[in-house]
Amino acid sequence: MSNEIEAIKDPGLPAHVHRRADTDPKAAAKAERQVAILFLLSALGTLTLIGAYFFIPQDAFIFFPVLGNTNAHQLFLGLGMAASLFFIGMGAIHWAKTLMPDEEVVIQRHEFRSEDEDRAALIATAKAGAAAAGLGRRSLIKRSLGLSLGLVGLSPLILLRDLGPLPGDELKKTSWKAGTRLVTDPGDRPIRADDLEVGAVAQTLPEIGEGVHRKLSDIGKDAVLLIRLRPEEFNLDAERLSWTHEGIIAFSKICSHMGCAVALYEQQTKHLLCPCHQSTFDVTRAAKVIFGPAARPLPQLAITVDSEGYLIAKQPFTEPVGPSFWERSS
Amino acid sequence: MTASERIAGTVANYVDERTGAAKWMKKNLNKVFPDHWSFLLGEIALYSFVILLLSGTFLTFWFDPSQREVVYEGSYAPLKGLEMSAAYASTLDISFEIRGGLLMRQIHHWAALIFMAAIVVHLMRVYFTGAFRKPREFNWIIGVGLLTLGIVEGFLGYSLPDDLLSGTGIRIAEAIIQALPVVGSYLAFFAFGGAFPGEAFIPRIYTVHVLLLPGAFLALITVHLMLVWYQKHTQYPGPGRTEKNVVGYPLFPVYMAKAGGFFFIVFGVTAFLGAVASINPIWLYGPYTPGQISAGSQPDWYMGWLDGLVRMAPPLETYIFGRTISWNILIPGLIVPGILFTGMALYPFIESWMTGDKREHHLLDRPRNAPNRTALGVMSLTFMLVALINGGNDIIAITFDLTINQIMWFSRIGIFVLPPLAFVITKRLCLSLQRADRDLVLHGRETGRLVMMPHGEFVEVHEPISPEKAWLLTQHEQNPPLALEESDLRGVRRPGVLKNKLRARLSKAHAVSIPKATAEDLKEIEHH
Repeated sequence: MSNEIEAIKDPGLPAHVHRRADTDPKAAAKAERQVAILFLLSALGTLTLIGAYFFIPQDAFIFFPVLGNTNAHQLFLGLGMAASLFFIGMGAIHWAKTLMPDEEVVIQRHEFRSEDEDRAALIATAKAGAAAAGLGRRSLIKRSLGLSLGLVGLSPLILLRDLGPLPGDELKKTSWKAGTRLVTDPGDRPIRADDLEVGAVAQTLPEIGEGVHRKLSDIGKDAVLLIRLRPEEFNLDAERLSWTHEGIIAFSKICSHMGCAVALYEQQTKHLLCPCHQSTFDVTRAAKVIFGPAARPLPQLAITVDSEGYLIAKQPFTEPVGPSFWERSS
Repeated sequence: MTASERIAGTVANYVDERTGAAKWMKKNLNKVFPDHWSFLLGEIALYSFVILLLSGTFLTFWFDPSQREVVYEGSYAPLKGLEMSAAYASTLDISFEIRGGLLMRQIHHWAALIFMAAIVVHLMRVYFTGAFRKPREFNWIIGVGLLTLGIVEGFLGYSLPDDLLSGTGIRIAEAIIQALPVVGSYLAFFAFGGAFPGEAFIPRIYTVHVLLLPGAFLALITVHLMLVWYQKHTQYPGPGRTEKNVVGYPLFPVYMAKAGGFFFIVFGVTAFLGAVASINPIWLYGPYTPGQISAGSQPDWYMGWLDGLVRMAPPLETYIFGRTISWNILIPGLIVPGILFTGMALYPFIESWMTGDKREHHLLDRPRNAPNRTALGVMSLTFMLVALINGGNDIIAITFDLTINQIMWFSRIGIFVLPPLAFVITKRLCLSLQRADRDLVLHGRETGRLVMMPHGEFVEVHEPISPEKAWLLTQHEQNPPLALEESDLRGVRRPGVLKNKLRARLSKAHAVSIPKATAEDLKEIEHH
């Protein structure tokens, strides 16, 4: 429907209705008192804050029905601060709403578009400026300027190069080597097969020399989860089965999706679940992905025991652990 | 003349003699601001930002942004003697040794949540009322930029304490960087100064969190506010309000008192939350180590939708020529958010292209009078809501005794089905509301008084609505869709015919409406 049809008319701004405080001096005095009370409440809040800061010990606790056992120092400090701020605001707004003029004011807008004359003049100026610079005519200058501006943008990139080393094959390698002992995390104790009962889970790391500091970036790649099942519960091919030892199977604990620690093991279903994005891996089928966004199984670590009966890695991981990256080949 | 009037005059005189700004100041002190509760949403965002600057500065005095390993010797017994980063240890110290430190930490975190919530609700207000239309497209884009920066800034902020929960968040961020084709592993190694987690990341994001991004915020917020000031605020339609005027209260003193007072109220409420509502109790999580995790790991709410999208992604990876492309990370982590935010930033231009409307707009739309836009907004929100729900699927599963798989499949299907459904329902609701408006104007409001006619029939008495209300319900424009000819007068097909067809269809969909009541309709009814 077009606007040519006669529309309903704008009745214009409604007449102003005065507030009680505008006409009744008593109401105005009352409003003034209310504003003053609000400001005084704020002052009281600041006093509470000062009192709490100096006189309530930091380890004092107090019981409140909804909050439970709460640190009294922190609570009264906060309540005092909240009151000191809140009531200033309430006072100011009550003041504005009851005592400051509430008659609506009308001002006019102006279109942002300039007068045609000014616009034409601007365009002429811009054109003249461009002509004076002569960039269009002097193609040698234009091209060399383009080149240098393009190159100048490179320098910050170059200068940021030393933010970190190149990845090299860091993402593809872990500390696990043939013969590396599995040790508990925490505790760094070597593990015998008997230490794990059927159904048990253990978080392990590769053994390191005494007093050597273990870097977090190593844990981020080396963390391995041991799970013990009954050997007949496995549903593995011959090679993968040979990577287990008496029903103990070892997987990288770093999720193949985004690198979180895959820490939730459901003993009944024999599923490993990553708490970040719920990728679910079937332990009996070499950590095959059965649900969630992960696209690859958790890498399996081949394990066996050494002459002393401690669990060791048979060989390094055969594929990179952790989340995918461009240079990964499978 | 009272003393305060004299002082005000002296100050004005003092300033003008040194700046010559009397004319400019007089104009701006008398500047009129329209009054409406929904105009306070942006103010909440602004005030939360100020609170963030103040409380954040306090925290920097004690926070040690370093991943150097220290042994904790503070007063929190359960963690005593544990190795942890200096960042985590100093956050514990702020929480337990510094008086008011925990309060400030909690105020800072609450203010961040409120900041983001206020931005999102403010954005919804601007969108659904059409306040982004010409001449305010720039401010819309700046707003989208502020929202994006806010998400990043919030993420970096809660990552700084280097606790087990936030470290897991950084791990995920690293995986997203690492998944980028070609450059991913290089960028990850540059960002982290080597293999994850390294010792460089916390100090680096600290600089970004306290210097770089706050600087960007300050600059963008300044421009945002200057544009609001210069372009004058939009206003809701109503009697006496036109495209050419602004009806409201002068800046000085009414608006200043109200807005200034409102700052203190926002600060007071945030402090109250900081006092009584525990948030991010990092001492319960323990220090970060890549081999451990806590169940129920959740990001802050404004990141939840992103995490939800990642959770519901299909397990897709492509291996080609010995290279890996992780669609399961790239699609939910970068491609979909990229499309959403680009689409959002460009929406003012898309709508103006659809409608062919290049005029200035200062009167806001009632959402029902722009059914297509409103429906599109509700559709986007539905998409975000499904993603957000999926981001908390583990918590929901535990709370409501469901399985994660059920919720995940609900989200995977719902993310495709529910948004279009929301679009259709919203559009129909808007049209129904328009119909109700039309009926109200033509037949008046139901009084609830039943009258028995002499012949026994019962009728309800209707009362005409006030002229003000009738004007409010009919003041909006109803423009016909664009008439785009496919061929010119001689029957030659124009270039870009497909684009034109699409534009014509979109324009038609946008123009669907129930004809509003006119004065003629009213006259006709009176004759009956």
